[in-house]
Amino acid sequence: MAPIDSPLTLCLALLACWALAGAAGLLRPNSVALVGRALFPLGAVIGVGLAIVAAVSLNEPVERATLLIGLPDLPMHVRLDNLSRVFLVLLGSASAGVSLFAAGYFRKGEGTAPGVLGLEYHLFLASMGFVLVADDAYAFMVAWETMALTSYFLVTAQHGIPEIRSAGFLYLLMAHVGAIAILLSFGILQGGTWLFSFDAMRASTLSTPWATAAFLLALFGFGAKAGLLPLHVWLPEAHPAAPSPVSALMSGVMLKTAVYGVLRVTFDLIGDPLWWWGLIPLALGLATALFGVVFAAVQTDMKRLLAYSSVENIGVLFTGIGLAIVFNGVGMTELAALALIAVLYHSLNHAFMKSLLFLGTGAVLHATGERNLGRLGGLIHRMPWVAWLTLVGVLAIAGLPPLNGFVSEWLLLQTFLFAHEVPQPFVNMLLPLGAAIVALAAALAGYVMVKFFGIVFLGQPREPSLAVAHDVDGFEKAGLVWLAIGCVLLGLLPNQVIHALGAATVQLVGTAPDLAGQSWWMLAPLAERDVSYAPLVLLAVIVAVVAATFLIVRVVYRRPVRRAPTWDCGFGRLDPRMQDTAEGFGQPIRHIFVSFFEMERELPSPLDLAPRYRVTVSDRFWKGVYLPIAALLQRAANSVAWLQQGRISVYLTYSFITLVVLLAVML
Amino acid sequence: MQHTSFDLQLLNTCAAILLLLSFAMLAQRRIVTLVNLLALQGAMLFIATMLLAWRTGQNHLYVSAALTLGLKVVALPWLLHVLIRRLDVQWDSEPLLNVPGTMLVGLVTVVFSFGLAQPIAELASTATRNSLGIAVAVILLAFITMITRRKAMSQVVGFLSMENGLFFGAMSATYGMPMIVEFGVALDVLVAMLVLGVFFFQIREQFDSLDLQNLESLKEDQ
Amino acid sequence: MSTVGWLTQFLEVLAALVLAPLFLGWVNACRAWLQNRRAPSVLLPYHGIRKLFHKDAVIAESASPLFRLAPYVVFGAMVAAAAVIPSMGTGLPFRSAADAIALVGLLAIARVFMSLAAMDIGTAFGTLGARRDMMIGFLAEPALLMVIFVASLISATTALPLIAERLVVQPLALYPSLAFTAVAFTMVLLAENARIPVDNPATHLELTMIHEAMLLEYSARHLALMEWAAALKLFNYACIGFALFIPWGASIGETGISALALSIPALLAKLGVAGLWLALLETVSAKLRVFRAPEFMATAFMFAVLGLLVHLLLGA
Repeated sequence: MAPIDSPLTLCLALLACWALAGAAGLLRPNSVALVGRALFPLGAVIGVGLAIVAAVSLNEPVERATLLIGLPDLPMHVRLDNLSRVFLVLLGSASAGVSLFAAGYFRKGEGTAPGVLGLEYHLFLASMGFVLVADDAYAFMVAWETMALTSYFLVTAQHGIPEIRSAGFLYLLMAHVGAIAILLSFGILQGGTWLFSFDAMRASTLSTPWATAAFLLALFGFGAKAGLLPLHVWLPEAHPAAPSPVSALMSGVMLKTAVYGVLRVTFDLIGDPLWWWGLIPLALGLATALFGVVFAAVQTDMKRLLAYSSVENIGVLFTGIGLAIVFNGVGMTELAALALIAVLYHSLNHAFMKSLLFLGTGAVLHATGERNLGRLGGLIHRMPWVAWLTLVGVLAIAGLPPLNGFVSEWLLLQTFLFAHEVPQPFVNMLLPLGAAIVALAAALAGYVMVKFFGIVFLGQPREPSLAVAHDVDGFEKAGLVWLAIGCVLLGLLPNQVIHALGAATVQLVGTAPDLAGQSWWMLAPLAERDVSYAPLVLLAVIVAVVAATFLIVRVVYRRPVRRAPTWDCGFGRLDPRMQDTAEGFGQPIRHIFVSFFEMERELPSPLDLAPRYRVTVSDRFWKGVYLPIAALLQRAANSVAWLQQGRISVYLTYSFITLVVLLAVML
Repeated sequence: MQHTSFDLQLLNTCAAILLLLSFAMLAQRRIVTLVNLLALQGAMLFIATMLLAWRTGQNHLYVSAALTLGLKVVALPWLLHVLIRRLDVQWDSEPLLNVPGTMLVGLVTVVFSFGLAQPIAELASTATRNSLGIAVAVILLAFITMITRRKAMSQVVGFLSMENGLFFGAMSATYGMPMIVEFGVALDVLVAMLVLGVFFFQIREQFDSLDLQNLESLKEDQ
Repeated sequence: MSTVGWLTQFLEVLAALVLAPLFLGWVNACRAWLQNRRAPSVLLPYHGIRKLFHKDAVIAESASPLFRLAPYVVFGAMVAAAAVIPSMGTGLPFRSAADAIALVGLLAIARVFMSLAAMDIGTAFGTLGARRDMMIGFLAEPALLMVIFVASLISATTALPLIAERLVVQPLALYPSLAFTAVAFTMVLLAENARIPVDNPATHLELTMIHEAMLLEYSARHLALMEWAAALKLFNYACIGFALFIPWGASIGETGISALALSIPALLAKLGVAGLWLALLETVSAKLRVFRAPEFMATAFMFAVLGLLVHLLLGA
C-alpha cells in the first residue's frame, strides 16, 4: 500500500471527497443555499486540488495500489502514471470552472431537486476521475458504468419534457453499446491468462489478428463514447438536452476520457500498435471533423451548434491519434510524440474552450429562456460579462493566435507536414491531403463561431423579451473568468504546457519533444526544422500597435465621436428581422456541402396567399444507418414474440420440454 | 532539389502541364474549349517528343514527333472543329454536376496513379521514368472525363485524350513504341474519328440532339 | 539580434505602412491605363485616408464596444503580419515569433473581427457581407495552407524567412510544382483581397459587395484604419508571394547595410510589376457569381494539391 501522502492516495482521497460532497447534498435536497453556495464551490476546490496534485507529481514514477473494495477475489487495482496525471489535470482544472458556475446556476423548480443533482454531479466527477486511475478491467468498467449512469440522470434532469427523455434514452443506449465493445476488447486483451488486471494485459502478447480485433473493438467502444462518425448521433441530442454545466462537463471532460481510453489501450495495453491501424482513426477522424463542422454551421439551436462543434473537435483528436499510431508504427517516434502532444494539448484546450462556450449559453438561457438562435441577438449590451468572456472562448475555438486553440492546431499541422516522409507508397501522398481537410475544418470552425457569437450577442435583439436579460454575477462570473483565464494562459505559455505533456508521451512512445535550451516564451518543438512560434511576442506586438494607433489617433486627430441612427445605406426603417437568421448565415454551407445533408423543403408557390417556407436538415446517418438497424431489431423482436402465448399451459410445456432435454443430455 | 539538366526540367514541365490540361478538361463546360485543350495536349506531346529525340538521339522519335504534330495538333482538332460546325453544337454548354466533387475524385485518382507508378518506375531505365505516373493519371482522368459527360463530342475528346496519355506513357517508359505500332495506332484513331463522325450525324438525325442520354430510350422495357 | 536586423525590421513595417496605399493607387492606375481611362493620381488613397482621419466619427446607436475596437485590432493584426513577412530582408528579429501558419492565423484574426464588427450593427447588408466574407475565407484558408505546405516541402520549414533563404540558394531551374502553387497563390490573393473575379472593389451596389459591405457603417478614423488595413492586406499578400516565389533582391540572412539598401529598389520594382500583373488579371476577368466563388477556390486548392503531388512524384 502506498504511503499516506503519496499522490495516488491524495487523488483517491480527493475523489472520495467529491463523492461525499455529493452525498452531503442529500441531507437537504431542496435547499439551493446549501447545494449552491457550499457544496458546488467545495467541489470546485477539490477539483483544483486534484489538478495541483496531479501536476506536481508529473514526472514521478508510476504508483500502484490495490483497493480492498470490490468482490472478494477481485480487488480493484489503481495506478497513477503520467498519462493519468495529465488527464487528471484536465479533469480537475476544467471541472473547477464548471463547478463554480454551477454553484450559481442550479435553482429549485427545474425538474430534479438541487441536492439530488449535486449528488449526481459529484458522483459523475468522481467516476470520471476513477476511470483515469483504474488499473484493471473490473475497476475500469465499474467506473465507466457509473460515469454513464450518473450522466444519464444528469442529462434527464428536466425529465418532464419528452424530448429530453428520449435524448437520454438514446444516450444511454449508445453508451452501453460502446461499453459492450470495450468489455469485449478487454476480454481479448487478457490473452488467455484470465487475469483482467492491466498489468496482465500489458504482459500478454497477442497474435496480429487478435490484437487488431482488440484495437478495433476498443476504437468502436471508445468512439461511441467520444462521438466518432458514425456513432455520433447521440451527441447532438444529449448535450443540448442536459443543463448547461452538465453539457460543459460532458463535452469538455467526458469525451476526453474516451480519448484517454483509446490512448491507454493502444499504446499501453497493446503496446506496439501496427502502423496501418492508425489509418482507421485517421480517416474516421477527418470525416468526423468535416461532418461535425458542416452540420454545426446549419444549426438553429445554440447548444446543438456547440454539440456538433464538439463532434468536430473529437474528429481532430482522433486524426491526431491516427497520425501518432502511423508514425509510431514506422519508427518515427519523435513525430509520434509530437502528434500525441498535439492530441493531449487539444484535449486540454477543448476542455476549457468548450466548457466556456457551454457555460456562456447557460447564462444566456437563464437570462432569456431562449435556446433558439432566431430569438436572440444584441445581448452584448445587456450581458457584457458573458459576451466578452464568451468572445475569448469563440476566438480560442476558432483557432486564432495567440489563444490556445491555435497552438494545438499549429502542432497538428506541423506534424502533418512530415507525413510525406512515411515510407509507405500511397500513404505518404494521401496524408498531406488530410492536412488540407484539417485546415478546412479549422476554417469552417471559424465560420461557425462567427455565426454563433454574431447571432447571439451582436446585432439587434430579435425579440422584445430580450430587453429584460440580466448579466451574470458571483459564482457564475467566477466560473467563466476561471475558464477564460485558462484559455489565455494555455495559449501564451505553450512551452511549459508541452514540457508537462511530454511526460505522458515519454510513457507512451518513448520520447518527448526536446525543449531544452529554448527560451521560455518561444515554442520550437522540432529543433532541426527551424520553426517557432512565440505567442507572447505576437500579443505584445498587436497590443503595442493597437495602443500606439489609439494614442496617435487621439492625440493628433482629436475628433469627437457622436452617435446617430444606423446608416444602413439610407434605408431608414431598420427592423431587427432584417438581420441574418441562423438559417441564413448557414445557407452558404448548406449550398456548398449539399451532399452531406438530408434536406426536406417546403417552398411556397407564387399563388400562395399565405406563403410558408420550411427547411428541415437532418443527419443522413440517422435515416440510413440507425433507423434500418432499429427496424431490423424490431422485426427480430417481433418474430420471437410469438413465444409469449399468454396461456399457462404453454409456459408449462416450455418448462417440461427444457426438463426433458436436460435429462436426456445429462443421462 | 538535385540539379537536373535543362532539357530534363523542360520535360518535367511538359509532363506537369499535361496533367494540368487533363484536369482542365475535367472541369470545362464548353466543347470548343475542350477541343482546343486537346490540341494543346498534343502540342505538349510534340514538344516532349522533340526534347526526348534531341536528348537521346533516336531519330525515329523525330518522325514520331512530326506525326504527333500533324495528327494531334493539326488534323484531329481541325476535323473536330469542322464536325462541330457542321453539327451546329459550338455554343452548347455541358451541364456538369458537382465540379468540386469531380475534382476531388480526380485528385484521388492522381494519387492512386502516382502511387501505382512509383515501383514500376524503379524498373524502367529511361530518364523520364518518373513521368509514368503522370501518364497513368492522364489516362484515368480522361476516362473520368468520358464518364461524367453526356454529350457525344465531349466523350470523343475524352477518348482522344486517353490516347494521348497512352502515347506519353509509352514515351516515358520505353522511349516510344516501334514505328509500325505507332503508325497502326495513328491509323486506328483516324479511322475511328471518321466512323464516329458519320455516327454523330446519324444520332443527330434520329434524336435531334447529340445528348447521349437519348440513347437510353433505345433500351428495351422489361 | 544585430542592429541591421532591427533596422530591417523597422524599415519593413514602415515600408508596409507607407507603401501599402501607394501600391493600391498604382494598381488602380494600371487598371485605368489598361482600360483606356485617365487614371487618378497614385497618391489618391493617401488623400482619402488623411481626409477620413479629419472627420468626426459617427457611430450607430446600436453599436457595441466591439464595433469601436475592431478597426484597431484589424489594423494591429495587419501590422503584426507585416512585421513577420520578409519583404526586405530575412534577418528579422521577429522571425521566430510566427511562421507562415501563424501568419495565416493573424490574417484570420483580421477577418473574424471584421465579420463580427459587420454583424454588430445588425443591418441586412452587414450580416450579408459578413456571411459572404467568411465563406470566401474558409475556402481560401486551406488553399493558402496547401501553398505554404508545398513551399515548406521544398525548404523543410514553414518559417517564411527561411523559405525565402532556401529558395534563393537553389539552382535556377524550372520547378513545375512551384509554378502550380504560384497560380494557386495568385487565385487566393485575388479572393482574399476582394479583387475581381471574386469581388469588385469599386462596386457601389450593395448586393454585389463582399468586402465593402462590412465597412458600410464605419466612418472617419475607423473607416480610415479599416481601409488602411485592407491596403496593408494586399501589400502583405504581395510580399508573401515575393518571399515564396521570387525572393531575389531581398537581403538574405545577416548581411550589411548595403544589401538592405539594395533591397528597397528591388522591393519597389517587384511591387511595380506585381501591381501591373494584378491589374492585367483584373481587366481580363469578369466577376464571378457569388456561388461560383467556391468553384474558383476549389480550383485554387486543386492547383496547390497538384503542385504538391507533382513535387512528390517528380522531385521538382
